Amino acid sequence: MVEGQIPIEEYETGNTKHKWDFKKIRFAHRVLAEYNYKKGELYRGYANRTLYVNLSTNTIKEKPVTDEMKKKFTGGRGFGLKLLWDSIKPTTRWNSEENELIITTGPLCGTTQYPGSGKSLCLTISPSTNIICDCNVGGFFGPYLKFAGFDALEIQGRAKNDVVVVIDGEKGKVTIETAPLEETNSHLLAEQLTYMYASEDAEKSRQKVSVVSAGKGAEHSYWGCLNFSFYDIRRKVARMKQAGRGGLGTVLRDKKVKAIVTKVEKIDGVSNHPADPETLAKLGTKMHREIRDLDRSQCNMRAVGTGHLVEIMDAYDLLPTENYRFGSFPKVSKISSPKFYKLFTKIIPDGCWHGCTMACSKTVDGYTVKTGPYKGQKVTVDGPEYETIGAGSNMSFWDPLWILEFNFYCDTYGIDTISTGTSMAFYMEMYEYGILNKERCDGLELSFGNGEAVLEFMHRIARGDNGDFVNVASKGIRRVKDWLIKNGWGDPQLIEDCGMESKGLEYSEYVTKESLAMQGGYGLTLKGPQHDEAWLIFMDMVNNAIPTFQMKAEALHYFPMWRTWFGLNGLCKLPWNDIEPTNNAETDEPSKVPEHVQNYVEYQNAVTGWNVKKEDLILQSERCYDWQRAMNVWMRRGQRKDDWIPYRSMGPVTEMEYLSRKDRYDKQLVEKMELKKEEVEKLSTKEKIKLLYDFRRDQYQKLADAVYYRRGWTPNGVPTPQKMKQLEMNDPKMLKMLQEKIDEDEKAGLNVWGGKYGKGEKPPTIHPKYWEKW
Amino acid sequence: MDEKKTVKVLKFHAEKCDGGLGCEKACSQVHFKSDDGGNKSAIRIIKDGKSYKMHVCNQRGLCIDICPVGAITRRKNGTVWLDKDICIGCQSCVGFCPIGAMRKSDARIEPFKCISCGACVRACPNGALELVEVKIDDVKEVVYHKLVK
Repeated sequence: MVEGQIPIEEYETGNTKHKWDFKKIRFAHRVLAEYNYKKGELYRGYANRTLYVNLSTNTIKEKPVTDEMKKKFTGGRGFGLKLLWDSIKPTTRWNSEENELIITTGPLCGTTQYPGSGKSLCLTISPSTNIICDCNVGGFFGPYLKFAGFDALEIQGRAKNDVVVVIDGEKGKVTIETAPLEETNSHLLAEQLTYMYASEDAEKSRQKVSVVSAGKGAEHSYWGCLNFSFYDIRRKVARMKQAGRGGLGTVLRDKKVKAIVTKVEKIDGVSNHPADPETLAKLGTKMHREIRDLDRSQCNMRAVGTGHLVEIMDAYDLLPTENYRFGSFPKVSKISSPKFYKLFTKIIPDGCWHGCTMACSKTVDGYTVKTGPYKGQKVTVDGPEYETIGAGSNMSFWDPLWILEFNFYCDTYGIDTISTGTSMAFYMEMYEYGILNKERCDGLELSFGNGEAVLEFMHRIARGDNGDFVNVASKGIRRVKDWLIKNGWGDPQLIEDCGMESKGLEYSEYVTKESLAMQGGYGLTLKGPQHDEAWLIFMDMVNNAIPTFQMKAEALHYFPMWRTWFGLNGLCKLPWNDIEPTNNAETDEPSKVPEHVQNYVEYQNAVTGWNVKKEDLILQSERCYDWQRAMNVWMRRGQRKDDWIPYRSMGPVTEMEYLSRKDRYDKQLVEKMELKKEEVEKLSTKEKIKLLYDFRRDQYQKLADAVYYRRGWTPNGVPTPQKMKQLEMNDPKMLKMLQEKIDEDEKAGLNVWGGKYGKGEKPPTIHPKYWEKW
Repeated sequence: MDEKKTVKVLKFHAEKCDGGLGCEKACSQVHFKSDDGGNKSAIRIIKDGKSYKMHVCNQRGLCIDICPVGAITRRKNGTVWLDKDICIGCQSCVGFCPIGAMRKSDARIEPFKCISCGACVRACPNGALELVEVKIDDVKEVVYHKLVK
């Protein structure tokens, strides 16, 4: 035991007490394909090749990374987009054979000095949205993939039986092996494979293995997530981080991949071979000191992780409760961060990659499972993070233990806590209105707060239960909306307005009703409603720093681009603004955290040897961002209609919601819609809701107008060939496709602004086809 | 735990120091086989008005808990030791050391620190440095802190 640490050995973590017959498991493996490669040195953050694996044909090969590719796509998510563009068709769907699951790294990924530098980026065509979904995830896999010799891994095709893909960076060998006897659920599988593939029976060897897996839930739902393992030498457990959104785990299991394993020979502080390690050490040390001195009084990440947000969100009426009907709840103190702090095991290097001193990955060890196949066993629960707790409050769970139970099973079954929680919350609301009932829910009583029913539902998904409800409900809100409407079980408009999905993906856990910019941050996105592109609530709603459409559009240009940059490089966004220098408030643009932006400029230069400036970072992102949007257009999505969001995220849908915040809404009718106080008093709640409804929907359209204009897209949200050329993204096939789409829109009359502009109001420009003049 | 209950730490007699920095040179010899002293030395002698101050690790061991790969341990003799073969150069310990005694030189990515080897004590012609035995429990500290609020 390490000195001073709170003892963990008195727990049996459950993950470690299994006695598996590894000989037997290994003996059942049959090697389907083997590829030996020359181990090379990394150079300035790049391995300069990617790995391609085809499971249908059992082909394994490497592809070179060209300087052109680095210049245009930088790395990480950018490389993923490039590889997808070369491999899929516009008609490719999530379960098409040619769909790929891509895991990429990025040039800065694997740096140990700067906090938050171990992220992998995962891309695929999502079952939820049928367009590209990208996820940013921690764990050791990304850095190890690169240290094993590859900037990215592409998996195409589908195996006949369950396989594992093994990338052995020690021997320089990649294999596809059948894996019939391993567990499927992640908390066991990650442990098994970590032990099986570690070179020696020692902690330091286990720490050099990382496993990507999903679980039984991923097989039977559209919510599949990928679990990325990282072995914790103190807890002696293979812990996991999740690439949650968009059903990536579903794609993994559809391809019959049980797991992907990578291991490395050695790692050190300069495995990336950076151009300037001295600068990296200096930048990193500066950040470590900042976190040491300021985290406690800022976010307290090192103690409670992202869970610190629960009480803050509640205070600002932003914590989703009862399917986003309310933003705060009287019971919230039961699940606030001090409650979880008591449950977390206090061990300090809680980073999901080495050297991350933000250390937000907390765990509850020795948790006794209450339901399902692992009932009574003691396990390690990774998290919960804010979003998982928020999913809990959304379902009206006010007991931390139910949130842990939900968290544990979501992880091990390989399903996303956000999508699952948001969906369940919607089903619960429908249950409350009688649109769903016990009979229609296969006997489940899905009333708000019923943890047992939610867990039972999840166990049924994992068992592959074929009940009507479980079948549809496990595919997410969009499919359930269609199902409810088709059966004529409720008012279609109410169903559409209450179900929190856009593009087919479920919302993450923030209430956006009172911040128009944040609504744009969720709706005007590439992959779906996620706060990872922009988080503007405080800027917009609390500080009122971006009052005009133009200013909101500027923020919805800068922040999505800036945040995309982390994904291009294999970085975590948290150390950018979840810790701020003491003098940040006095800078010109505090919301951008200028000192940290400068850190990142120097950081990228120090690794790659480039000489970029801060504007170049945004350019790197914009290239990839617009490219991804253009690919969505190519797949017949990514247009104004696809950026629409449900009304629940814009304003009060029901009378109860209106009345619960009556003063606020009444005041807005007077101030924003210029009604007289007396007039408002005479209106019924229904009438007031309707007025607000029309006003806010129009506001959202006007926001979209301003944002599309700022991003250099057409009024239908299509990136223009002119803009792509400006960004030097000159792929002729892409440019031709975009031009054809714009011409088609022109014929269909879609190149027009969406907002209704009254007197005194102006659209972003009066020039039709403004983009042609650039 | 059956480890030793005491640890040797450096004690500085400022009145005897003439600022010759023989200690730093001896230290950089131990860590880098170099006579440079300065940034390559775990012990630093800093001018403080007319006198001198010593700046060196006090073996409290806060860094032990911070290391993600377990490269820092308290050895049998009580000193806090960084194993550079296990170290992955993240600088967490450098950043988190409250007195800045975990050091980093440009010569290599892994940090280094005082191991109470006594090279500096032997190198000082004036006897300004001394290794004294203290109880580990008196110096030991743990990183984890109580929740604010």
